[in-house]
Amino acid sequence: MIFIIAQKELRVLFSSPLAWILLALVQLVLTWIFVAHLDTFLQIQPQLVKIVNPPGVTEAIIAPLFAMAAIVLLMATPLLTARLVAEERRNHTMTFLISAPISMTDIVLGKFLGLMIFFSAVIALVVALSISLLVGGTLDFGLLLSNVAGLFLISACFASLGLYISCLSAHPATAAAGTLGALLVFWVIDIAAGDDKGSITRNFSLFKHYENFNLGVIDTFDLTYFSLFVLVFLVLSVRRLDGERLRG
Amino acid sequence: MTEQSASLTLSACGLCRNFGTRAAVHEINLELKRGEVLGLLGPNGAGKTTLMRMLTGNLAPSAGSIEICGIDLLDKPREAKARIGYLPEIPPLYRELTVDEYLQFAAKLHRVNNEKIHFTVNKAVQRCGLNDTGKRLIGSLSKGYQQRAGIAQAIIHDPDIIILDEPTAGLDPNQMREIRTLIRELGTEHSVIFSTHILAEVESMCDRVQILCEGRTVFSDSVGGPKQNDLSLEEVFVRFTVDREDSESF
Repeated sequence: MIFIIAQKELRVLFSSPLAWILLALVQLVLTWIFVAHLDTFLQIQPQLVKIVNPPGVTEAIIAPLFAMAAIVLLMATPLLTARLVAEERRNHTMTFLISAPISMTDIVLGKFLGLMIFFSAVIALVVALSISLLVGGTLDFGLLLSNVAGLFLISACFASLGLYISCLSAHPATAAAGTLGALLVFWVIDIAAGDDKGSITRNFSLFKHYENFNLGVIDTFDLTYFSLFVLVFLVLSVRRLDGERLRG
Repeated sequence: MTEQSASLTLSACGLCRNFGTRAAVHEINLELKRGEVLGLLGPNGAGKTTLMRMLTGNLAPSAGSIEICGIDLLDKPREAKARIGYLPEIPPLYRELTVDEYLQFAAKLHRVNNEKIHFTVNKAVQRCGLNDTGKRLIGSLSKGYQQRAGIAQAIIHDPDIIILDEPTAGLDPNQMREIRTLIRELGTEHSVIFSTHILAEVESMCDRVQILCEGRTVFSDSVGGPKQNDLSLEEVFVRFTVDREDSESF
């Protein structure tokens, strides 16, 4: 059932120009950044050789590229998540899903999965960009993998938060604004947290946890944080939709 | 007793629903046998839609129980919902999908076997007269065809009970006639509940009629019932709904 809903989500998403425009724009922005980093790297390469244990291409180009990709996805998420539930409500199709012999959990997970498949496509494009570097050298695949895992997890967090906010509103635009606001708060927390390792805000910042993946460190604390984040907002979404049936 | 309950497809008992302090539906009992068509009548705001939303599991009742073919809707929603087809007042359509895509999705959601999907979609398409629209986007269809797609979605899994909320509202006279013929046809095999404001529709299509007013059942009888007393359905409707409203306003 979850897959059937995910399949429908993707079909509806790709039948609108939104998905294609987003894919194209995200790719354009990231390629630009990629090329800029590549350019800098080539310029400073002669000096890097003189250092003992110099940073490789993966560290100098791919890690910053993935860091930027997370911010680009943060901006793109509200546009994608806003319609998930709010639009179903607006088009009165929510009744159709609720009347079907499936549970609210199926609906929420299906929608989440559909969006994650779309995000996986975006991430695959970023990976393709990174792999193109193989033409001129070798890559640190371990670091690349940790970056991919990090980007996947942080986008799952964006998606679950966006899905929940979409459950709260009956208008896609409201949901989009709300999601953008909430995600920006998480970004601001990151800036406010600074570099003080002991601060509590740092523990709540999505990007600080992502930073570790960026450096190639896969920490169980980060993994737990991301999983809990996703879980909490998915459970809240299911509860919210169930509550609506009870309260009317 | 068992024989009687076996032919009952739907039985709702003491249904209540409050929105805040307002009771939208109060103590409604409803029974439906296989092959029976029940017409729900009532002025706007009588609680018809609320009642239908409860019967289809879209809204939890404040009190009362609903049994679909002997399965409790609140205890086993999944099994019970599989036996209901529901067309809300506004047909729940995805404008971005084609009719075929939409009906396939509906069939899959209702757990129709993969091998049978093609067959069931074709059957629903033919029954609802959607033959030439399969590849068209739902958003580009006329209101009448959208309504048909909505009905097709409700009957695709061959449910025991079909619940239609004002299926003929906003259609032209020809389309109305076609939809009525379709409902009559459906009524031979399935149990059908539909709500409407057109009394002639009820007289021509229903076996039984139930009139709601202010969330209560004010009249429930077979369609032939009023005629035996030389009353038209309109007179009955006016007597039970207008008089009631008047008596309460004084």
